[in-house]
Amino acid sequence: MGSGSRPVMLQRPDMPPAVAQPLTLDGVTHSYGGGLAVDNVTLEVKGGELVALLGPSGCGKTTLLRIVAGFIEQSNGKVIIGERPIDTLPPSRREIGIVFQNYALFPHMTVAQNIAYGLAARGESRKVQAERVAEMLAIVQLEAMADRKPRQLSGGQQQRVALARALAIRPRILLLDEPFAALDKNLRLDMQIEIKRLQRQFALTAIMVTHDQDEAMAIADRIAVMSQGRIEQVGTPTQVYDEPASLFVNGFLGTSNLLDGTVETAGPEGYGVALNAGTRWTVASSRKFAPGEPVTVSVRPEQMVLADEAGEGRFPVSVALSLPIGGELIHDVAGPAGTSLKIAAPRRPGVSSRSAEQAFCGLADHARPSLFARS
Amino acid sequence: MAGAIAVAGGATASGERVDWRLAAPLGLTYLFFFAAPFAILLGISFYADAEQTRLGLGSWVKFYSDAFYLKVIFDTLKLGFFAVAATTLVAYPLALVFRASGPRVQRVLIFVILMPLLTSVVIRTFAWIVILAREGVVNQTLMTLGLTAAPLNLLQTELGLVIALTQIEMPLMLLPLLTIMNQMDQNLVDASRALGASQWRTFFRVVLPLTLPGWIAGATLVFASSTTAFISQTVIGGARLVYLPALIYQQATVVYNWPFAAVASLTLLFTVLAGIMALGWLGRFAKT
Repeated sequence: MGSGSRPVMLQRPDMPPAVAQPLTLDGVTHSYGGGLAVDNVTLEVKGGELVALLGPSGCGKTTLLRIVAGFIEQSNGKVIIGERPIDTLPPSRREIGIVFQNYALFPHMTVAQNIAYGLAARGESRKVQAERVAEMLAIVQLEAMADRKPRQLSGGQQQRVALARALAIRPRILLLDEPFAALDKNLRLDMQIEIKRLQRQFALTAIMVTHDQDEAMAIADRIAVMSQGRIEQVGTPTQVYDEPASLFVNGFLGTSNLLDGTVETAGPEGYGVALNAGTRWTVASSRKFAPGEPVTVSVRPEQMVLADEAGEGRFPVSVALSLPIGGELIHDVAGPAGTSLKIAAPRRPGVSSRSAEQAFCGLADHARPSLFARS
Repeated sequence: MAGAIAVAGGATASGERVDWRLAAPLGLTYLFFFAAPFAILLGISFYADAEQTRLGLGSWVKFYSDAFYLKVIFDTLKLGFFAVAATTLVAYPLALVFRASGPRVQRVLIFVILMPLLTSVVIRTFAWIVILAREGVVNQTLMTLGLTAAPLNLLQTELGLVIALTQIEMPLMLLPLLTIMNQMDQNLVDASRALGASQWRTFFRVVLPLTLPGWIAGATLVFASSTTAFISQTVIGGARLVYLPALIYQQATVVYNWPFAAVASLTLLFTVLAGIMALGWLGRFAKT
């Protein structure tokens, strides 16, 4: 339009207050027919925080999201935004923005009509609607697409429209249901950055549901790992990766090598564990173990090394296969007693496999293995 | 046409001829049993007298200048319109219930909906006589409840006929509507609710526009079927209500005025076609 003298700036006349509202789930339980889909989940999402609900399909994460949105009424427990329980409010009055996995754009409406939908439902005037639509289109950089139908847009563009539609109503909470699952890999990082940017810009408290640990690690402030309707662990991405609270969390995030052994000693450095593979490691743990207790030691592939000579804490292995994956060389090695391990090492240019088949395997200097009770 | 066939036939030259041969049985059947009789019907309508001795526009002029026959056309259209309206009002809520139900309840509903189709129209129509008669179930219930002192006249009225046709034609409306209703993405409904729309707003802005193609298919079937429902119209409507099918029957087999019956037949055909085209136009209008 003809306002050349105005500086190019996004107009945000009525941005939400900078103080984002916390979202609290208090003992939320939901049962379908016979089974418990969500089992006594208590979770506090701080204002402006993005928490990822991470877990395999059927772990109850989507049910939990739909409870927060109000599409499902939980059997028990409370959902609280700020100080106020919202359980009795219908979805239309919860002020929650939600982005669906398939975006759920209204196919019979244009991009602009989709974005204006929530505003029209709130009885905003046509003028306010038009202004907000223009503003949202500018924020997601789709000004040129206002009059297109959703089917004329690419996947990434559809997702940006879905975001714009959800944010146009100035929600208090943003819910993201597997937001990147339908995007191809190259686009994912862009959209992850985009969502993170918008979430910060709008000071939104957000919950993202995903089964993809990389997505969760990339944009979540904290990750709640779910299994069978329960939250197994809540923590920052590095916490849940480095210090998994259970074997399930350990296995679900990243790859890990599991080695069986027995606790021999307990000392200030950690527990002395005799591995069945035939060596002895000292492993620190925040959990308590008694000498003689059977345990499983978990080590990430990048925290193990292959050496040509035997040494303390090393055991002999034979290298079955080496795969050069980008800058890394992944070795598939067979240890004593039929153990199969994966070891990741930085790859030197020009090297595509390991020369010797026989090697010795041990912990890297920075390694922080985890210790779990074995039944 | 030729272009479309070339595409369908693929690369081989013989493919085109195979396409034609496969269509031949149906094509010939249509030629002999639809196109030819239609041409004869059209020809007969241009005889001016019942004995088919004089050519002329007499039958057409007589039909379209008589207020009685114009009213028959209007009543037939009106009946189709009412049947579509009544089936719509019943079918949409039922389709929404169907959509919200689990698979087991859906199977039961489908069975209940399809059951009328397993019974002959004649039997269903006579069943409605039992229900709507002066001493029928409806009147007895109304009188027991004290809602009416004297029995209502439902037979041989347009209201009674629309009630019966609503039940008889219901599967035709419901089947396309249920199909499209079940295909609609629940996320669209949820998205609308989360954006602050009430359930009514969600229905009118999202559910209705997206299920309109199914409704148009159903409405087309109900309209075509109820305007030509000779048995139901004559058995329930009786002699007091005259619609085009009954008129054709009278002219062709009682009065033996075939040219006039041909005019009425063509009128019925065009009436139904006009209704179908109006619905189709609505569908195109809805899509944009």
